[in-house]
Amino acid sequence: MSTATVEDLAEVTAPEPFWTRYRRLGLALILLGGLAAVVFGALATSEDARFTLTENAEGAALAIDGRFGAVLFGVLTVAAGGALFAGVLKRHANVWLSLGILTFVLSFLCWQVAGEFMPLVDTTDGTLQLALPLILGALAGVLGERSGVVNVAIEGQFLMGAFAGALVGTMAGSVWAGLISAAVGGVIIAAILAVLSIRYLVDQTVVGMVLNLFALGITGFLYERLMQPNAQTYNQPPQMPEWRVPGLADIPVVGPVLFEANLLVWLALGLVIVIHFGLSRTRWGLRTRAVGEHPTAADTVGIRVRGLRYLNVLLGGVVAGIGGAYFTLVATGSFTKNMTAGAGFIALAALIFGRFTPIGAFGAALFFGFAQKLATYLSAIDSPVPSQFLNMLPYLATLIAVAGLVGRVRGPAASGQPYIKS
Amino acid sequence: MANDHIDITVEPGEVHALLGENGAGKSTLMNQLYGLLQPDEGQIVVNGEPVVFKSPRDAIAAGIGMVHQHFMLVPVFTVAENIALGAEEVRGGPLGWLDRRRSRRDVLETSKKYGLPVDPDALIEDLPVGAQQRVEIVKALTREVDLLILDEPTAVLTPQETEELLAVMRSLTAMGKSIVFITHKLKEVKAIADRITVVRRGRIVGTASPDTSEDELAALMVGRAVSLEVQKAPAEPGAAVLKIDGLVVDDDRGVRAVDGVDLEVRAGEVLGIAGVQGNGQTELVEAVMGLRAARAGSVKLEDDDLVGLSTKRILRSGVGYVPEDRSHDGVVKEFSVAENLILDMYDRAPYGNAFAINGSTVTVNAEERISQFDIRCQSPETAVGTLSGGNQQKVVVAREMSRPLRLFIASQPTRGVDVGSIEFIHSRIIHERDQGTAVLVVSSELDEVVGLADRIAVMYRGRILAIVSPDTPREELGLLMAGITGATAEGEK
Repeated sequence: MSTATVEDLAEVTAPEPFWTRYRRLGLALILLGGLAAVVFGALATSEDARFTLTENAEGAALAIDGRFGAVLFGVLTVAAGGALFAGVLKRHANVWLSLGILTFVLSFLCWQVAGEFMPLVDTTDGTLQLALPLILGALAGVLGERSGVVNVAIEGQFLMGAFAGALVGTMAGSVWAGLISAAVGGVIIAAILAVLSIRYLVDQTVVGMVLNLFALGITGFLYERLMQPNAQTYNQPPQMPEWRVPGLADIPVVGPVLFEANLLVWLALGLVIVIHFGLSRTRWGLRTRAVGEHPTAADTVGIRVRGLRYLNVLLGGVVAGIGGAYFTLVATGSFTKNMTAGAGFIALAALIFGRFTPIGAFGAALFFGFAQKLATYLSAIDSPVPSQFLNMLPYLATLIAVAGLVGRVRGPAASGQPYIKS
Repeated sequence: MANDHIDITVEPGEVHALLGENGAGKSTLMNQLYGLLQPDEGQIVVNGEPVVFKSPRDAIAAGIGMVHQHFMLVPVFTVAENIALGAEEVRGGPLGWLDRRRSRRDVLETSKKYGLPVDPDALIEDLPVGAQQRVEIVKALTREVDLLILDEPTAVLTPQETEELLAVMRSLTAMGKSIVFITHKLKEVKAIADRITVVRRGRIVGTASPDTSEDELAALMVGRAVSLEVQKAPAEPGAAVLKIDGLVVDDDRGVRAVDGVDLEVRAGEVLGIAGVQGNGQTELVEAVMGLRAARAGSVKLEDDDLVGLSTKRILRSGVGYVPEDRSHDGVVKEFSVAENLILDMYDRAPYGNAFAINGSTVTVNAEERISQFDIRCQSPETAVGTLSGGNQQKVVVAREMSRPLRLFIASQPTRGVDVGSIEFIHSRIIHERDQGTAVLVVSSELDEVVGLADRIAVMYRGRILAIVSPDTPREELGLLMAGITGATAEGEK
């Protein structure tokens, strides 16, 4: 036998480049934090910024001097960035990253809220509610992407779900019938996507965009022809009830947000956990990821690649359809033309920004939801920061993520590629 | 038709070699045996029972395992996950909760039983190919197969790793497993096979015993007598044409691929770069051709600096280039032979100008090249994608040799090319050398490098370990390719 064994080769791994993803993120945070401390600190007035636990300016509140807070949290952002950059507790780099973003946001808030008040319960609740469809939509994307099918039709699935939920919900007089129909509506779009892209190998992005237009067209048509003239019979769905968990609902802030809520809140949070553990710990998850990364390898060990892709895309349809139900059964009491207004694309952005993982997508969706909530808050307090700027944030963040400025987002290797048996 | 009425029998405990050229139909045959493809006619009998395989699942159940030429491993999964995939150990009934501890234990057990060391927790993408191949074999063995199909298993291995693999094959057959060994390498067949079946154009053209001579086997495989040696006179090298100094290049992931290479190619000589695939050869050549940015160092063609020039300008300054991935970078498959032959000169007289292409000169040129380079095609208008690999490669070589050249670079010039075309391409490369062109040949086939080169540079992990003469013993070249220097010092220039 020879002396050169593969073990010798395996020991030496490629040297890590200096500018790792976390180094770049760390540097970005340091710069952002410095900017926050100086600019926000300079602009903020030295009045109390009050974060109230009630709905009005009175009552219990967390208060901090605006200028002091802006500087303090800016400095903390710099510290978190520094820790990330220097590689302190490298295993928990994501904690530093989250802390950095959180403190930056707090610094911004101290500047804005100085001399005003911000109701914490309302803000948290609004964030979660606005994030709900984004979470569900992004999860639908996760299911498709991880098995190798790009789903840009989330918007179409939302619209179909919202429409079907309103229509059937009204006709049956039951919000649950509406919810189930919304899921079916999402599945219809998902089924077309699945058949065209898996069976007929059509370009998945193109199919997805066409489906978005199709959903917009057909729901718009039926809305004008059917719903608008007979709103009472077709477009007044019952609303999802809020359920209160006794005891837990009395916890400050968290209680009213999480334990006095509609079913969708629990469904969305539950699905994040189920899909996270499902993907990482179960046979279904292992096979799904294998099919999304290397379908031929999966095929050679007897996994039915196309079957699994169908299953996942259709499951995604269920999840996105339920996300669509949010618009008609929770947020507003009726369907209107193009009422999702691009939420599906923000969900897509959350999916990419969240690096195609359920937890990441959840975090991104919350962040985008918060940005939207903040936009309405800022316009309410006549802030000098235009609310359009915050509404732009999801797209800006995705652009940065996709451009690889903070480390390349690596999606599943076979995502978007049809599987053809050779 | 890829397979035409083939009969083949594999006995327990034997290594049955399936010998044939690329495209002879060996892999197609085995993919049917593994359930990936379904035969139109005929049947498969396992242990006396006729069977029908609808998918690999059925084949595995019948005790057949396969290690594919391109490994079927998910790069971002661990070894244990890859081995478990498709036959996962689960708890919790319908939930299918993965039992990772048991998967790990199974891997270690099989690994120990057959003497194939693998680390169950390593990520596949971090492993060298030799180790990945062991994972593939362990994967098949944990499924308790009796028949193991190895499809071109040595294509990616160093000579030493090949030796190890052959030893593993011997110990497996000693334990009663049967092996089908698909290859086009005659030496390995002779070293390991108990029986040899030769396939050509989808038919069995003969069976042979391992003591048949290499020339006879080659003749059987190709259908006529072939010369395995490259015929050439001693080189008469002139002045240095290509001078590479301290070149540093990163790969797509930003990892250093070429780490300070100094190299000189002189007029009228062939410099061969030997090395296992993935040691920076690709990036080196791409950097020279301006297809990849150099981080540091200089590349000079006589007195012209090539760094920073566009590929078009480099080509037109007298460099011919045969890229390693023919179908992606060498030809445009949908274009005709005639169009592919002028891809480099489409905007130059006599073929065209800035606005239009002159059809008649293009056709005349094509007809000339087709006869000169023995390109087998129906007409100059045939789409290149319909030609065989060998003829596609001849189109590339013909095009690149049609300009006045100072330097000719060929990357894997005969990959996926039939033996007849290999002979032809090799003779054209030597012909180009004899005209006084400097030639740089990169190949992971050691035989090819030894046959063509006047000097051999061995590349390992982005560095040139040594420059040796082609007379250097194989064993020594193999050690160099595995990164082991020492006895070679006197061979270094």
